[in-house]
Amino acid sequence: MAEAYRFQGVGRDLQKDLLGQWYQRLENAPRTGTPVAYLFISGNIGELLRSFGFELVFPEVNALQCGVKKVAGDFILKAEDLGYSSDVCGYVKNDIGLAASGNRGPFGTLPKPDLLVCTYSGCNTYIKWFEALAELYGARLFMLDVPYRRTGEQELQQDRDYVVAQLEQLAEVCAELTGRPYNPDHLSELLENSRQAEELWVNILHSARHRPSPFDAYFEAVFFMAPIYVLRGMPECVEYYRAAAQEIEERITHRLGPVSEERFRIVLEGPPPWPHFRTFWELFKRWGVCCVASTYSKVGGIWDFGFRHDPSRPLESLAEYAMNCYTNWGWQLRRRMMERYVKDYQADALVIHSVKSCRSFSVGQADVREYFTKECDLPTLFVESDLADPRYFAEAQIRNRIDAFFEALEHRRVAGPHPGRA
Amino acid sequence: MAKPNGSWQKAASWEELVTACRPLVTDVSFPTVEAWKEMHPGGKAIACFPVYTPQEVLAAAGALPVTVYGARGQVEIDHADSRIQSFVCSIARSTLELGLVGRARSLDGLIVPSICDVARNLSGVWQRNFPGQFVFYLHLPQNPESAAAIAYYRSELGRLRREVGEWVGRAPTDEALREAIRTYNRNRELLDSLHQRRVEAPEQWPAAGVYVLAAAGNVLPRAEHNALLEKALELGAARRAPQRDTVRVLLRGAFCEQPPLELLEVLEEAGCAVVNDDLQVGSRFLLGPVRADGDPLAALAEAYLRESVLTPVNHPGKRSRSVDLLERVQAAAAQGVIFASPKFCEPALYDSVLLKQVLERAGTPYLEFEYEEKMTVFETVRMQAETFVESILFFSEKS
Ligand code: SF4
Ligand code: SF4
Repeated sequence: MAEAYRFQGVGRDLQKDLLGQWYQRLENAPRTGTPVAYLFISGNIGELLRSFGFELVFPEVNALQCGVKKVAGDFILKAEDLGYSSDVCGYVKNDIGLAASGNRGPFGTLPKPDLLVCTYSGCNTYIKWFEALAELYGARLFMLDVPYRRTGEQELQQDRDYVVAQLEQLAEVCAELTGRPYNPDHLSELLENSRQAEELWVNILHSARHRPSPFDAYFEAVFFMAPIYVLRGMPECVEYYRAAAQEIEERITHRLGPVSEERFRIVLEGPPPWPHFRTFWELFKRWGVCCVASTYSKVGGIWDFGFRHDPSRPLESLAEYAMNCYTNWGWQLRRRMMERYVKDYQADALVIHSVKSCRSFSVGQADVREYFTKECDLPTLFVESDLADPRYFAEAQIRNRIDAFFEALEHRRVAGPHPGRA
Repeated sequence: MAKPNGSWQKAASWEELVTACRPLVTDVSFPTVEAWKEMHPGGKAIACFPVYTPQEVLAAAGALPVTVYGARGQVEIDHADSRIQSFVCSIARSTLELGLVGRARSLDGLIVPSICDVARNLSGVWQRNFPGQFVFYLHLPQNPESAAAIAYYRSELGRLRREVGEWVGRAPTDEALREAIRTYNRNRELLDSLHQRRVEAPEQWPAAGVYVLAAAGNVLPRAEHNALLEKALELGAARRAPQRDTVRVLLRGAFCEQPPLELLEVLEEAGCAVVNDDLQVGSRFLLGPVRADGDPLAALAEAYLRESVLTPVNHPGKRSRSVDLLERVQAAAAQGVIFASPKFCEPALYDSVLLKQVLERAGTPYLEFEYEEKMTVFETVRMQAETFVESILFFSEKS
């Protein structure tokens, strides 16, 4: 495919380059004297930290990389040796195991944090994670308290004001640590870059409305989304999405897609099983399944309903972003998002991949299945494994479930029109 | 069924009082709540999920706050399995089960504080499954260092006051709030006395009994519980306690889901005198009295952010859980620590790793195990506890 077309493979290759360069800068940080901040992906306020010259480490991304590169299992065991229970989040254990191994992973060696910014949007485990890192590194910890979207559609002004007030305090802490004053104009420049990248990214997400979809909004999105989460605010992030958009355009023109023949369109809820990512994807590909919308690709932030970072309201828009990542949404909003996706992207089914590690994602997913099967009559498949721990992936069992599900779906299609799409 | 309100009044000894209150811990059909509702036609009872809810606001609205610690091992988890997966602590699943099988009929609403992802998501599941109920997810601030946190939390309490008021049909006035604060202050004071006496004479004030008497407050109106505790203090002091060779221990990890009562009894039988614990810590969450003058919501907010107990689910800010633990060990003259965590409770499991390291450095012995609501076999725990006690006794005799 890559030879016959001009842009195919660009999204993936360029992503690798950019991430490689970023990890290189991190490895060099102690030498270049660049200050380093650790923070989380979800609802991250990276632009603010970047405006002070921090290089950013996202421990979740490191855990993800270890999963994909199949070294997570060893790090997890190491953390379990240190006393962590087999029942706690595998991402945390991966990171603790990594830190206890000199912070050397498949991506190189990571610098120690000068500042830990616990933006705990959507996950209380983040708090426990950074409390542990603060002990481990003796680093300063800033707890950015981000209230949950708990009142349905209604957003609470008090929540936004509170987050903004804390961002102002964080800016003071950053100024103190870096010796640079807070520069709102510079922050706005970065946010303008964010806005542009977001616009391009949303177009890519929306492209999956085409039939066939040019893009898998889960299995491919997880690669395409990396720059917007880890490099947002930087000019190269905008460049990246320009290039990726060309790749998608080309696919649309030539009716190219992730599967040779698109037979089923699904919405996917839940994170991927990183240590078995390829295998998992293949199980769906065999059935001609394309994921047209996913919730996991919104785990860092949600733009496809209109939000953009706003350079004219820097701290306010950072606060709004922080509160509106997927797992910081209450179940009512999460269900509604899935419903909208099913409708807008004309999906045939909902697939829930429930992972043990991430209670934030998974507790209540069974109830979601109840809702969609019983109240919306939408075929819903529920499979379980883990996003970090390779031990939880029972391939034969998962394969059986997937096969049985799509077989039934095929029957249903032959037998009559699909009620879920009415 | 326990005889609602009143049966404890007749108790003539500590033992009788504990026996009378015991059903209040385990009867998850909530007979006393039903009795309260009969006496208060149209009155609302609101379930409060642990760890901590500022119940003063509910009481001031004329509602009955009921702290619900799951199903206390009394129901099989069946229906809840189709809503919440099995790798989750018992309390979240069994609380939902109570709702789904209609055992919590006397409860008209649920307040869930922002303690962890499991509780958080439970609130959303509850909302969908019980659409007629009042469901409120309360954000407890996690940034005690922020100057904005008190004002923020005050506004969150204002939201609670408004919404509960609308739902109950009676907006809590400032005066009603101050009155509730006084009643709850008295309750905390009495609970503190009870626990403090245990530190001084654990044989006289056995942990399981203290636990039961404190637990009665989960379902009784606070004023009634105050009367009960006053009586408990009298009867306990008059008790002739057996002298035993025990080891003084501090129990950690049971701040949310509760262990079966039998587990406490087994620990005591094995020779552990529990002198400090975080059992049902929500009713003792605020460490000092809340100001009962001025702006009551501001007073509650200040107390929460300045003077609350440290648990795995509230970020300590500049304080330190490690220092706090060591200070507690010292203040209670504890000879060892028992980490008893609910199975699958992530916050407890993360903390215990760090706290064990602290104890190792300090040379304080500890024991660790997990429990579940429905646990029925305690022999392993008994053996572990006996060995733990023996090793401490042996060590202290030698030194
Ligand atoms: S619980 Fe989920 S969101 Fe939280 S750290 Fe673990 S994987 Fe990430
Ligand atoms: S027992 Fe632990 S995990 Fe379960 S609801 Fe309570 S704090 Fe959360």
